[in-house]
Amino acid sequence: MLALQGDVEEHLAVLQRLECEPAAVKTAAAVRECDGLVIPGGESTTIGKLMERFELTPAIEELHTQGKPIFGTCAGLILLAKEIVGSDQFRLGFLDAQVARNAYGRQVDSFETTLSVRGIEGDPVRAVFIRAPVIERVWGECEVLAEFGERPVLVRQGNLLGGAFHPELVGETRVHQLMLDMAR
Amino acid sequence: MCEQAVDKSTWRNKVGLAEMLRNGVIMDVTNAEQAKIAEDAGAVSVMALERVPADIRKEGGVARMADLKVIEGIMEAVTIPVMAKCRIGHFAEAQVLESIGVDFIDESEVLTPADESFHVDKHAFKVPFVCGCTNLAEALRRIGEGAAMIRTKGEAGSGNIVEAVRHIRAVVSHLRKLTTLRDDELMTEAKNMGAPYELVKEIAHTGKLPVPNFSAGGIATPADAALVRQLGAEAVFVGSGIFKSEDPAARAQAIVHATTYYEDPAEVAKACRGLEGAAMVGIDVRTLPEEERLATRGW
Repeated sequence: MLALQGDVEEHLAVLQRLECEPAAVKTAAAVRECDGLVIPGGESTTIGKLMERFELTPAIEELHTQGKPIFGTCAGLILLAKEIVGSDQFRLGFLDAQVARNAYGRQVDSFETTLSVRGIEGDPVRAVFIRAPVIERVWGECEVLAEFGERPVLVRQGNLLGGAFHPELVGETRVHQLMLDMAR
Repeated sequence: MCEQAVDKSTWRNKVGLAEMLRNGVIMDVTNAEQAKIAEDAGAVSVMALERVPADIRKEGGVARMADLKVIEGIMEAVTIPVMAKCRIGHFAEAQVLESIGVDFIDESEVLTPADESFHVDKHAFKVPFVCGCTNLAEALRRIGEGAAMIRTKGEAGSGNIVEAVRHIRAVVSHLRKLTTLRDDELMTEAKNMGAPYELVKEIAHTGKLPVPNFSAGGIATPADAALVRQLGAEAVFVGSGIFKSEDPAARAQAIVHATTYYEDPAEVAKACRGLEGAAMVGIDVRTLPEEERLATRGW
């Protein structure tokens, strides 16, 4: 669990209910010890700047090269994407996707809905969108797992999982479980 | 594809934005240029103001909601969320701020109160609110009115951390105390506190506030930020501390650094070393006459 900034505690609470040993990590050395990484919601510019300033990027790139699962929600998705519309902000750039920040509007336009997600059985997933990014398009190996209004909101590519919404805010464990399943 | 039902501006959306700002620094700014400096330093959000609290204190007069041109200029300049302040009880100022699309409203004691009996009914708004508190009871009254984030007040514009420490300690120690009470003691506790019973009962079981709790009022150095974080603040507001110092850009970065690595003294030391100029000049709060204290506004 990358703990530089954002809703770290909510993600940890979800991970604690699953079969894994979550830890909050803030240093390159701690990142290298992980078998997978969640990049939380928060401010993507802030988390990106902190990643650069405190030299965490090479360690995260190593995890990716080793094929360890990486799950980014909201800000985390923006950081994973290769392209960010109209922005030259820092990004990891692993995911074959183009995202647009705050594309649903400002905070008063934030919303909740329910989604059906490929690979998740049973009840639909309750999804909270907060100043959320839109995934404009995906290419290459990037596979769409859920859509809202005909646009992708959850995508998977090899060891990478990216979501525009926040399963951690409603105690939803099945999306994090998808990530853990990718480790096996 | 079938139509997907959408609920806008829910309670979870409001508290959710507050959660996203956790572990971050929210900085007071008075123009677009300062907002860019704050964003570049790693601020998670900026508070758009006409005057920082230290200047409000110095210049006196009635402090009101900022000029909309100032707020909109700042909204244009940055991609991070923008907050703005309305006066306590001034729901018309809050309506205006909501209509221009600010991301968070601070119903703030830093401005001159507009109502001496009633705070704004924050449930009536789509935009989330943050409110100040000096103790747990005040925090719960504000949450009862619909605040989606709480910040301890400290003493804004003083550059002195002592009140922020007093307030965060008061909140955290009372939270701890509630968890030790028996269920049959909670109604009397709620009555004595003057706080909603349902919230008192919830907290007695969870041991934490139902919304994020940040710290404000007097943070001027990286070590100040580390102190309030270790005492239980989930993020920090820095008002006059940055742009009233001699080295705003370096100080903004240093406070972000110390807020991120607050539990690691070696990192906080590195943050302190990065500073080039003096911190803002502070005020000994004990010498402030009662009528000049901002923390006593609101109830």
